[in-house]
Amino acid sequence: MIRRLIPRPLLSITLFILWVVLNNEVSIATMMLGFLLALTMPLVVRPFWPDGPRLVRPGMAFSFALRVLTDIVVANWSVSRRVVGPIRNLSPAFVEVPLDVRDPFVATILASIVSLTPGTVSIDVDQNHWVLKVHALDAPDHEALVHQIKWRYEKPIREIFAC
Amino acid sequence: MLNFAIETGFALIGLALALNLWRLMRGPDVTDRILALDTMNINAIALLVLYGIRAHSGAYFEAALVLAAMGFVGTIALCKYLLRGDIIE
Amino acid sequence: MSAFIEIMVSALILLGSAFALLGSIGLARLPDFFTRLHGPTKATTLGVGAMVLASAVYFTATQPGFSLHEIAVMVFLFITAPVSAHLLAKAALHRLSARPDTHASELGK
Repeated sequence: MIRRLIPRPLLSITLFILWVVLNNEVSIATMMLGFLLALTMPLVVRPFWPDGPRLVRPGMAFSFALRVLTDIVVANWSVSRRVVGPIRNLSPAFVEVPLDVRDPFVATILASIVSLTPGTVSIDVDQNHWVLKVHALDAPDHEALVHQIKWRYEKPIREIFAC
Repeated sequence: MLNFAIETGFALIGLALALNLWRLMRGPDVTDRILALDTMNINAIALLVLYGIRAHSGAYFEAALVLAAMGFVGTIALCKYLLRGDIIE
Repeated sequence: MSAFIEIMVSALILLGSAFALLGSIGLARLPDFFTRLHGPTKATTLGVGAMVLASAVYFTATQPGFSLHEIAVMVFLFITAPVSAHLLAKAALHRLSARPDTHASELGK
């Protein structure tokens, strides 16, 4: 019964928090309207909402998000130095990373993280062969880059979503 | 001190916008121009937020939100057009 | 507003505008489209993130109650930036491969 009423608990919680945050005040009125939206919107979008994998380890997802955030800040600094420094020393390259992930949603998250962490932008996800094509700003060592993406980002994501 | 930081911020972002404008004019390809426009849009959001702090008003925030949403949709539509020659297939 | 808050907001503003400028320098200075893509998607996004955080701290300190809706913009930007970068890269790759004088090495194949 409760599953039919609230088909996606995580979506409902996100909607509720988003509504309260966007209103920028915590009052009975906004909470009630947020509650109503959190109840009805998942029901309305249910026919076309894609089925993603289930989040099985929320705690790990949180610590992983913190790590990605610090990575973004720290690595941005090093890339900024390279952007201002001499350009000739850069060795930009296309690198192909073979993926173990077989889920479009999880692959999208991985590609987004790769794009946000400086030094790499994801160009293409080949869903036939599951290869992530990455453009690196400065990659003298391709193997090291592939290794970093696979072990630093892909492995934790696969554990978080259990796939 | 806050005033100094805000004035400096205006100067730096203004310079960033000028650089983006230069890239927008130079090109050389359409994709470069779209990228320059997208970056200008993001810098404009920063400018608006900064102005909101200076004017001590929350109203500018709403404009920043609209700009963020519209800029993203615009960039996606332009890229989609380049990719397929159609926006809605 | 206490001195500590003022220093924090000022530092965030300076940091944010510096990163926004660095991203734009990258866009103006780097040699080809794919390297140019790196500056705006990351440095500029982080710069606006810091700026928005400064706004959140400032309004939380000067007005009654918390001001968290700035965080929503930050999250939105961090979600959309990689998506637009990805599509731009795809469009550029598509245009490169459509041009007859392109060498295979430029496409990374």
